[in-house]
Amino acid sequence: MSALHIKKGATRHSAYNLRPTFSDVQERHTIAVLVENEPGVLARVIGLFSGRGYNIESLTVAEVDHTGHLSRITIVTTGTPQVIEQIKAQLGRIVPVHEVHDLTVEGASVERELAMLKVVNSGEKRVEALRLADIFRANVVDSTLNSFVFEITGAPDKIDAFADLMRPLGLSELARTGVAALLRGD
Amino acid sequence: MTREMTGAKMVVQALKDQGVDTVFGYPGGAVLPIYDEVFLQNDIRHILVRHEQGAVHAAEGYARSTGKPGVVLVTSGPGATNAVTGLTDALMDSIPIVVLTGQVPTFMIGSDAFQEADTVGITRPCTKHNWLVKDTDRLSATIHEAFHVATAGRPGPVLVDIPKDVQFATGSYAGPKPTASHYQPPVKGDMEEITELVAAIEKAKRPVFYTGGGVINSGKAASQLLRELVEATGIPITSTLMGLGAYPASGQHWLGMLGMHGLYEANMAMHDCDLLINIGARFDDRITGRIDAFSPKSKKAHIDIDPSSINKVIKTDIPIVGDVAHVLEDILKVWKARGRKTDAEAIRKWQMQVAEWRKINCLAFTNSEKSIKPQYALQRLEALTKDHDRYITTEVGQHQMWAAQFLGFEDPNRWMTSGGLGTMGYGFPASIGVQMAHPEALVINVAGEASWLMNMQEMGTAVQYRLPVKQFILNNERLGMVRQWQELLHGERYSHSWSEALPDFVKLAEAFGAKGILCKDPADLDDAIMEMLNYDGPVIFDCLVEKHENCFPMIPSGKAHNEMLLGEAETQGVIDTKGSVLV
Ligand SMILES: Cc1ncc(C[n+]2csc(CCOP(=O)(O)OP(=O)(O)O)c2C)c(N)n1
Ligand SMILES: [Mg+2]
Repeated sequence: MSALHIKKGATRHSAYNLRPTFSDVQERHTIAVLVENEPGVLARVIGLFSGRGYNIESLTVAEVDHTGHLSRITIVTTGTPQVIEQIKAQLGRIVPVHEVHDLTVEGASVERELAMLKVVNSGEKRVEALRLADIFRANVVDSTLNSFVFEITGAPDKIDAFADLMRPLGLSELARTGVAALLRGD
Repeated sequence: MTREMTGAKMVVQALKDQGVDTVFGYPGGAVLPIYDEVFLQNDIRHILVRHEQGAVHAAEGYARSTGKPGVVLVTSGPGATNAVTGLTDALMDSIPIVVLTGQVPTFMIGSDAFQEADTVGITRPCTKHNWLVKDTDRLSATIHEAFHVATAGRPGPVLVDIPKDVQFATGSYAGPKPTASHYQPPVKGDMEEITELVAAIEKAKRPVFYTGGGVINSGKAASQLLRELVEATGIPITSTLMGLGAYPASGQHWLGMLGMHGLYEANMAMHDCDLLINIGARFDDRITGRIDAFSPKSKKAHIDIDPSSINKVIKTDIPIVGDVAHVLEDILKVWKARGRKTDAEAIRKWQMQVAEWRKINCLAFTNSEKSIKPQYALQRLEALTKDHDRYITTEVGQHQMWAAQFLGFEDPNRWMTSGGLGTMGYGFPASIGVQMAHPEALVINVAGEASWLMNMQEMGTAVQYRLPVKQFILNNERLGMVRQWQELLHGERYSHSWSEALPDFVKLAEAFGAKGILCKDPADLDDAIMEMLNYDGPVIFDCLVEKHENCFPMIPSGKAHNEMLLGEAETQGVIDTKGSVLV
């Protein structure tokens, strides 16, 4: 006695397609998390992202309050608005997490990243690299007769742009710290 | 008050100060100092299980039937890894559990020492929080914090890993300080949202309460307030598997359980309602079915203590973060202050619609005089035990769903089943934990033969502690739920869904020193059940049931609530390929 007749193949959606009614637009958010500086806390945060399939574009962490034993983790992530909300709520559940701030929505914020670039070249290319470094306000922190190590600070896209320019000029190694960010004003 | 003592003594002292009366555990090298202290005292009973998984499930049974945290003590390495399934189970079902594990001494950590495992690493994703204690002076505060975290906010399992040198060393003990922790989840809901919900209740024409395990976890007051609200408004109420008993099954507004194997009237009410009030449930996929067809016409309110549950799956119009009892109290207060209004006429019509759906009699089955139908066995069990002081646990499978459908729960904390993780092997050790907490009560584990075998070693525990737990095995000689899915989804190819070498359960019971009862004729069933009930000791009841019975109603994977299957007819090919990738 089947009261309701179900047509074969009537269903296009799966039960695990959890978010069809939410916006699909991918957003990039910078999230600052203040955590108790205890062993394993970074593993908890990273495990949350990998375990639930969220993206990490960049993640930085360091102790910021030595007496209060607090560290600040800055995470740049992408996701639909609903995923971003989940990420914040899930971060908030972690017991040693004290505060979660979405710098992207809480007001204007400044983001900075530090990078070091090793450029190996000679002749004209060497001059050109120095000239561009000057324009980008990158500092030379080491040099040999055929290499420079530049240090540059700025928003991630500025560093991307500088690295792109250095590539044809002999960029051989790149190290980036990931983003640190603060809200503007008081 | 601080006192000097060894770490091992601190463990026992901290448990006493937390009011712990029972610990489920299994010793080993890395916890011997603690076991020494357990030996030297009489305030805390230690129950020696036969497998660490059993210890955690027993602690879960204890916790769910008392509302107090369950406590487990196991050794390092294999002791800890054996606890992982139980921890995951408790995490999924939000059960407060404190697991204490021994660890190799701090100076050997990282050296692949004998019975070393990275216990905090392994259990990080399956605990609410965990700690490795490297300093005896930190031990007592950590254990007290562990109890606080396990029980505050959304409850869950926690683990404290204690290296052996920390147990031997002396340090200062500090008693519990409830305010010491920064972890203080708010319990009061936002009054604006609560008022918005009350206004929605006043206007609703087809409202429904959808309640879950959060009502049970919130405590007895929550169930009381829920009952008051339901009776005062006349709003029909359904519940998830986890929430059964919060509202009495005999209550006039009870719709029965909802979801994949829920009742027709409950699922239809969810589908057609105009106001859906989720209280302490989490829109699990067993409940929602196809997301984009889930309760399409309703405004949705969601009360949950965990903000991450809100909008995780279903978009919520009125989100209320808070403890169920606190929020219900405020809802009642506001609703009364505003004049106790509902659209009584509309609700009466809605109740009549529910009555129409109920007439479908979705749990109807064809009984037999030749073989025992599992549904019939549960009907008889219900009839013969419902007036007892009764607690039910289950394993996982068809029998679990039939138990949820055919047994009625009048009070919270009377029904313990593995909902979120669906752990075969849960029910038997859980029944032991329940019986420990309620020595005089009737404790029955409704089991499938396959699930039951997964933790059958706990017969030793039941016999040793004279726990009169009744193992009511609906023996279909099949992995029944797997077989049902294979029938419906995989062209009746029954790949490995039966066991050809089942034990003689009566002899098995006798081998353990318990009583075994075999029943295969429906005519003998009542007498056999009475024999089980009248026997003062653990019983294995081998109830040979119809082998190919399917569990209905069933919402096939990937279908909407109003696309329920009610019986055997037309089940062929109803789950399409998209649906068959789901579990
Ligand atoms: C530990 C574990 N392994 C596998 C499964 C998958 N599973 C779900 S139900 C089931 C069959 C259970 O058989 P039984 O206990 O006899 O119950 P029945 O369905 O026959 O009532 C299986 C294998 C599970 N839920 N848990
Ligand atoms: Mg079976």
